[in-house]
Amino acid sequence: MSQNVPEELSRTIETLYRTESGRILATLVRLLGDLDVAEEAMHEAFAAALDTWPEAGVPDNPRPWLISTARFKAIDGMRRRARFDSVQNDLALYLDARSNEAHSNEVPYEDEEIEDDRLRLIFTCCHPALPPEGQLALTMREVCGLTTEEIARAFLVTPATLAQRIVRAKAKIRDTPIRYEVPSPQELPERLGAVLQVVYLVFNEGYSAAAGAEVTRAELTAEAIRLGRLVSELLPEPEVIGLLSLMLLQESRRAARTSPTGELILLENQDRSLWNREQIAEGVALLERALKSRGFGSYTLQAAIAAVHAEAESVAVTDWRQIVALYGRLIRIQPSPVVELNRAVAIAMRDGPEAGLAHIDAVLEDGELANYYLAHSARADMYRRLGRTAEARSSYEKALALTQQEPERQFLRERIRQLK
Amino acid sequence: MKYICFGYYDKGKFDGMTESERDAMFDKCFEYDEHLRANGYRAGGEALQPSETALTLYWKNGKVATTDGPYAETKEQLGGILVLEARDMNHAVQLMAQHPAMTFGNIFEIRPVGDMSEIIEASEQRRRKKTARAS
Repeated sequence: MSQNVPEELSRTIETLYRTESGRILATLVRLLGDLDVAEEAMHEAFAAALDTWPEAGVPDNPRPWLISTARFKAIDGMRRRARFDSVQNDLALYLDARSNEAHSNEVPYEDEEIEDDRLRLIFTCCHPALPPEGQLALTMREVCGLTTEEIARAFLVTPATLAQRIVRAKAKIRDTPIRYEVPSPQELPERLGAVLQVVYLVFNEGYSAAAGAEVTRAELTAEAIRLGRLVSELLPEPEVIGLLSLMLLQESRRAARTSPTGELILLENQDRSLWNREQIAEGVALLERALKSRGFGSYTLQAAIAAVHAEAESVAVTDWRQIVALYGRLIRIQPSPVVELNRAVAIAMRDGPEAGLAHIDAVLEDGELANYYLAHSARADMYRRLGRTAEARSSYEKALALTQQEPERQFLRERIRQLK
Repeated sequence: MKYICFGYYDKGKFDGMTESERDAMFDKCFEYDEHLRANGYRAGGEALQPSETALTLYWKNGKVATTDGPYAETKEQLGGILVLEARDMNHAVQLMAQHPAMTFGNIFEIRPVGDMSEIIEASEQRRRKKTARAS
């Protein structure tokens, strides 16, 4: 490989990698039928670019150049291995024939076909046969183009652990085998649900770090939004749009959510002038689009709740009646004690802490949230507002014992201190 | 990013191979090495002589002491190291997973290189200060 790549060119190639590798890889997977083979071929094509472009110049349309170079590299690789292994020889001949066929009618380079390739790859990476952490790791690497190390850093695991998740997920795809395809219309709702879950997991991992000192990890939320945009462009189903709206509306509050010293700021105390108006406007517009269609679901309803907050000037003038109603609808399609807890808090805002407390206690009686710190912290808040100091303090202490997240802990300790 | 791949082999097994078996193994391995080099993935590497040629140094009672043989005695010997230039850990795994040496029972340990640049810079600053004070 050439060592003297001009800096500007190597930057161009790096940018190309970031913007195009997802598309190129997805198309190569279709042409070559195997994720590992496709990936290796793509890396070799980028290596070839570094080698030949300094003299030959950057092609007018780099993507087809990279795809066809990768295709030749893959066949070369098969031939190389075939010298020692006759099975590989057959494979090389097969691939050669197959990709010549594909090449002859120029299909692989049509934009529309390439977008379909991306969708196929997303569905494969988020296949329910793969463990959730494998789906997550694979999607971020193969679809978003992040490196093993970047993903590992974001999820607070070692690169070796993350690398193994990817190796195992790929092996599972090959051995099952999981086919690279967009699911049939009958399967689509469930399979799309799995994709959206991965996207939202990435977002939540960034939005509320499970451990560690940072509440928000902006890079992950940005990556999730980028992924959500991609899926919504490829498959504009109501819930896809609803999820994108939800993420934008939550992300819009990021600057207001933590103090400069890293303390958590609750919605009621946030400086609303710090909310990102552009993201709110986009989120609301998407929400309206999702609501107009039939068949929206829980992501859209959650986005609707976030939008009510986003459009209110303060907690006092927030339309709590509407929020309570939206939580009611959410419980009907997605019954969950966490949603019920949120509804109870909204009821408290609408009807006062006494009513809220009764609802929170009812949720806690079910037992599922007994170790959920937010349930105890919400209960403590009701007691505090009712002036029942001792009970408030003991509930805050219970919440404190149940969370490891540093900013949350700081917040709870401060509340306990104020009650002394 | 650079990854160092430590290749371990079973010397007993290697010694038991016929010359033609060894030649066949070397041919496959070196052909793959050439492929890695041609794509810019092989940033360096060396084979090692058998572990009985090793000399190990350590500090004992305020003096350097020595022993023959490798520091860590294992059934598999460290046979060589390869420096890979790969995009990320999974890329390194993928490249090494195809190394023909794997099919002969060899084991690879892949480690990302450590970035000491910040530590080195901090150390340089400390030493500059010391020199400045001394003069």
